[in-house]
Order: sequence, then C-alpha cells, then structure tokens
Amino acid sequence: MIKVILPAHLRNLVGITGTLSLEFSGPATPRLVIDAVEGAYPVLRGTIRDQATKKRRAFVRFFACGQDVSLEPDDTPLPDAISAGREPFMIIGAIAGG
Amino acid sequence: MSKVRVLVGTRKGAFILSSDGKRSRWKVDGPFFGGWEIYHMKGSPADPSRLYASQCSGWFGQLVQRSSDGGKTWEPVGNSFAYEGIAGTHQWYDGTAHPWEFKRVWHLEPSLRDPEVVFAGVEDAALFRSGDGGRNWTELSGLRKHGSGPRWQPGAGGMCLHSIILDPANEKRMYIAISAAGSFRTDDGGETWKPINHGLRSEHIPDPTAEVGHCVHHITMHPSRPQVLFMQKHWDIMRSDDAGDSWREVSGNLPSDFGFPIEVHPHEPETIYVVPIKSDSEHFPPEGKLRVYRSRTGGGEWEALSKGLPQKNCYVNVLRDAMAVDSLDSCGVYFGTTGGQVYVSADSGDTWKAIVRDLPAVLSVEVQTLQ
Repeated sequence: MIKVILPAHLRNLVGITGTLSLEFSGPATPRLVIDAVEGAYPVLRGTIRDQATKKRRAFVRFFACGQDVSLEPDDTPLPDAISAGREPFMIIGAIAGG
Repeated sequence: MSKVRVLVGTRKGAFILSSDGKRSRWKVDGPFFGGWEIYHMKGSPADPSRLYASQCSGWFGQLVQRSSDGGKTWEPVGNSFAYEGIAGTHQWYDGTAHPWEFKRVWHLEPSLRDPEVVFAGVEDAALFRSGDGGRNWTELSGLRKHGSGPRWQPGAGGMCLHSIILDPANEKRMYIAISAAGSFRTDDGGETWKPINHGLRSEHIPDPTAEVGHCVHHITMHPSRPQVLFMQKHWDIMRSDDAGDSWREVSGNLPSDFGFPIEVHPHEPETIYVVPIKSDSEHFPPEGKLRVYRSRTGGGEWEALSKGLPQKNCYVNVLRDAMAVDSLDSCGVYFGTTGGQVYVSADSGDTWKAIVRDLPAVLSVEVQTLQ
C-alpha cells in the first residue's frame, strides 16, 4: 500500500478527501506511482502527465519525504518510506501565476 | 411555458442561469468545476438535456465534461486529443517553424441531429469529432493537413479553432474559423477543406489579401439562410452571400469595427449584433461606454443599443464566444463581459439589464430555449 496526496483540484475531480491509499507492492518510482494513481482513477489521465509522452505537466511537482523529485528521471527509486506507505508521495500544483 | 437556460463559462468555473420566458427573474446555479477555466459549454439541439463543457487548467490540462440532465450532474468523458499522424509544424510568432501542440478545447459544437456526436475546436488549431458522447475523439485531419497549414500562425490568444458552424441544410457542409489562419469550409463532411477568405483585407499581415493568415475572430450564420455568413474579423465586419466564397465589408457607421462576437437575430436573418471595441491595443469599449450595435440591414447601417448598459467608466471586453441569442418570439440577446457581468435583453436589444454582475471573467455564453 502506498499513500498519495493529490492537489485540491484533482481531489475534487475524483471526489475524495484526504490522502489516497493505493494497492502497491515493490520499490516505488514516480512512474509507477502515477501509473497506480491513473489505474485507480482513469479520469486523472492527462492531468498529471501527458497521456502520450508521459512527460510531467510543467506546473505539477512531485515531492517525496520533503524532497522535490520532480526533475528526477521517472524510474528513479523513491525512498523506502514511500514504497512502504509510511510517508505520502505528494503531487502538488506549482505556485505560479502570482 | 417556455424557459431559457444560459450556460456561462468563466475563468474560474461554470454557471447556469435559468428563467422563464419573461426573462426577468433568474436562478443562478454554480460554480461548477470551481477554479477551472471553462472555455465553452453548449447544449445539444437534438437533446437539450445533453450538455458538453470544456474544462481546462494551466496546471492540470484539459477535461471534457458531459451532463445528461441539463447540468445538474456531470461526468468527465474523454480528454485525449491526439493529432493524426505526424503533427508537423506551423509558424511561430517570429516566423520560425513550431511543432503543433495540443493546449486546450476552445469550442464544443454538438451535432444538430445526434446528441452523441460533438465537434471540438482546439488550440493548436485542429478539429476533432466524437461519435460516442465525448468518450473518444478523432481528428478530422484534412483541415490541419490542408496545404496551407505550415503557414498558419497564432493570434495573440493562441492558434485556436474557435468557430464551428454546421449547415442545417447540408450535413456534409461545415464552416470553421481559426485565429490567425482564417475561415475554411468542407463540403464532404470534413474530409477536405478549402480556405474561404477571398475579399478579406488585413493590413497587419505581409500580404493583406493572402489566401490564409487572417485573424478571424468569429463567424455566424442564420439557419434559414446557410449561404449567408457574417464575420467579425480582427478589424472589419464582413459578410458573405455565397457560403464564404467571397466576402465584402459591412462595417458601415460603427464607431470601431474591431471586436470579437457577432450574432444573428433568430427570426430576422438580416439583423445582426456586434460589440465594438476601441482597438486591438485597447480591448475595451470606445469612450468607456458599453454599447451593442445592431444592424437590421445585414450590415452597413448600425444603431447603438445602450439602454440599461453602463455609459461611463466601463472598460470590460466581450470575448468571441460570449454572446448568444434565444429563439423566443421576443428575441433574447445575451452577452458576458471580462468584468463578470452577464447582460440580457428580452426585446431584441432595445433594453438591457444585468442578470449577474460579479462572476469571474466570462469566456463564453450560450443559451438554450426550452419548452
């Protein structure tokens, strides 16, 4: 099980509050976490990353255990605490627009 | 008794304004999709309970929402808009080649006959069709692959396909317009397209009478006369009496012929409405007076309609999809402003009043006349 925190607009879109808990096993990477999120909520396809290229949307950032991992390659292993579900993987709408 | 439902898309959500046929007392529902940009909402002529909405965000991209109960509840449908084949390039602002990239849906046009069929005009300019109520989208790529595609260039608001007109008399005929490429027509259901810009003159482009490259802001048509088109170009009000094969200017005595929306009266095919804006560098009404102008002669001669509209210190804009008409006997005309007001006239434009004054900036206004 992993925990994921979605930004407010995406929580509203899928009709959840609080932290998302998803079935997951093995070492987590940003790509695998987003695969799991999109698998659970297909409506989120295209909102976090491009549907075709899988490239992260420019104003979406990823945080793990207090570190910004947005610029890491998609297959970079995330900390064990994320894979074990002790800490949430955070998907954040960048502060932009003034 | 007849009712009207006004669908308002704004920078921060959607609103639905409802009234009976008197159009004097209004119920305001919303915001729907709060915080998202709603570029356009439109109902199906074949099933007025079926609505489509374009929901987008600079952060989270594009969604398409669908309602089957007149806007009470919504469900997200397909949001994959993949260009067919190799996307290719168009001109960038500096004249260099720039890859075609999907950004957002500007306009959704439901079929006149089938509520499951809907067309989407997108940025970067292309036309998509769904035959399953918005779940899946397929590009009508004959438009983008028209030989002129590499010469198309974005307008200031982006290279958007913003106008889609379906010919009620000929299912195979369709008109679209792109900023800043111009207008195009298909006579074979979208397989092939031809530019229809002969007669347009745009002084700000290298060849003022070029086949493509004109910044067309909006086009409209009266359903009883599908050969007659009206256009608000960047500058100039234009008219075509031959399905777009040729155009002539009908700006006449307008105080400014720059603007965005243009609409036709539902019962009088020669009565048209525009909202003059001071200039391309000052997007607000001349003299700070918000005035709709009406021509009862199909252009050329225009009268100002100002009763009930602010006549001093008004510096809002009215965007290209933010004007609509209902089809009640006494025609209702509606428009929304970038200042968040939505105005209605229940007497063809003679008098106006605000339905709401403090919405987010209005991007689009459509109206449904319901029995």
